[in-house]
Amino acid sequence: MRRVAICGFSMCKVGNHYQKSLSELFAEVALDALESAGNPDIDAIYVGNMSASEHTFQKNLGVLLSNSIGLNSTPCKLVECADGSGGAALYEGYNSVASGLYDVVIVGGVEKMSEVLQGENRKIRSMTIEQEYEAFHGLSIDGEFAIIMRYYMHYYDVPKRQFALFAVQMHKHAAGNRYAKLPYEISLEAALNMQTIADPLTLFDMAPTGDGSAAVVLCPLERAREFTDTPVEIAGAGQASDTLALYDRKNILTFKATSKAAEIALKTSKLKISDVDLFEVHDSYTISGFLALEDLGVIERGKVGQAVEEGLIDLDGPAPTNLSGGLKARGHPGGATGVYQAVEATLQLRGEAGKNQADPAEVALIQNAAGIGSLVTVHVFKRI
Amino acid sequence: MRLPKVWREIPRRYRLEGAVCKNCKFCFFPPRPVCPNCGSRDLDSQKLPQKGKVLSYTVVRKSPDDFKSYVPYPVALVELSGGVKIICQLTDCDVDEISIGMPVEAVLRKVKEDGEDGVVYYSIKFRPLLSAKKVS
Repeated sequence: MRRVAICGFSMCKVGNHYQKSLSELFAEVALDALESAGNPDIDAIYVGNMSASEHTFQKNLGVLLSNSIGLNSTPCKLVECADGSGGAALYEGYNSVASGLYDVVIVGGVEKMSEVLQGENRKIRSMTIEQEYEAFHGLSIDGEFAIIMRYYMHYYDVPKRQFALFAVQMHKHAAGNRYAKLPYEISLEAALNMQTIADPLTLFDMAPTGDGSAAVVLCPLERAREFTDTPVEIAGAGQASDTLALYDRKNILTFKATSKAAEIALKTSKLKISDVDLFEVHDSYTISGFLALEDLGVIERGKVGQAVEEGLIDLDGPAPTNLSGGLKARGHPGGATGVYQAVEATLQLRGEAGKNQADPAEVALIQNAAGIGSLVTVHVFKRI
Repeated sequence: MRLPKVWREIPRRYRLEGAVCKNCKFCFFPPRPVCPNCGSRDLDSQKLPQKGKVLSYTVVRKSPDDFKSYVPYPVALVELSGGVKIICQLTDCDVDEISIGMPVEAVLRKVKEDGEDGVVYYSIKFRPLLSAKKVS
């Protein structure tokens, strides 16, 4: 396998881009990413998207988006793994370059969540959970996470306040990220007094959805200097899955796919979790952020709330996490989220993360999950 | 939705028919061709116990569009006697009286309908175990 580098990247602010279509949003960012790599010839395109066929009835998205940047014969495909699509597309792109199949590929993630109204969106987002025996009973994705969250609170005997602290921390980080959907701080009191969506889960336990587009250009590490002066290596990648249904889980307080994917990614990169300087994890809900940090082995089980309060995941802490604001405050543009994480890790390792620049920033780990951790990708990034 | 889909699911949805592995005796729901525990394909159909307890639950207050007229409604992860877990709505109780560990029993109830001319969906829901309820 060859070593793989990121030689170009771009993203847009997560928000409601009412004035742009899905392909316009993709093209703007993808062309910018190509520009940053000196406009190389592209061998293939991988696109992560969750719900274009529900939002705009478009199938075969790879071709539409490829055409939108003027490529009419390049191999391209959509990678759909619910809200883990972005990371899964990156994983495909990484493997295609590492294996020697392609030299230069573009991996994009794009989502237009604002095309439909809230209720319809909740239905579409809930397509990530098992449909026949879970969603059938009126369970939404919010409700599914609420069931896990309640059990976590019961099992570890932790108060709701610990989850609110996580939300407050994410907003603190987002305040320094100009690409964030909600770039402002919130008070603990506000986080504790939001409307309930599915008990005990409130609005501030959920990541806000949004429109977004992010792209990275990958190439073999040995060729990276042809395209950029500051390449970042993708030193390892791992993917694993779990059961789609919650009722099939032996233990609902662990997303074991995260541990497995991380183990593979770290093994490939010949690094340990303790070598990682910063994390971007998939906090689609505060509880999924908790489980991610536990399953990665960063924080002891049941202790995430306490660790957050002690500043462990703060910019100045020993394990800075979601300096972008995470899904909670950067926003969660569905199938684009995993590619956002890749761009954010790249910015950090290049020392270009502005107000939220971590120091040291030699190794970053990103974790992108689908639904209730049914499918997880983990990538380890290394400064060259 | 088309009628055949509802019709073919009747044994599972109305009677909680699951499967038991002849090799490792693992019981699971819904049935599928391979035992999720040992990988055996030698399986039997088995009706699941109708009693269990609430492992965890939520009360859905903001629902997907097709359940809008039913909010708020409780949905639980129920563990049946014998260990099989299923997701179902809870019924015949006030949402404030639900708790983790609460004993429950299966009853047949309407889940939703597909508009005026569509299919009416029925399924097992769980209610607090009557014999366990305090007589006030």
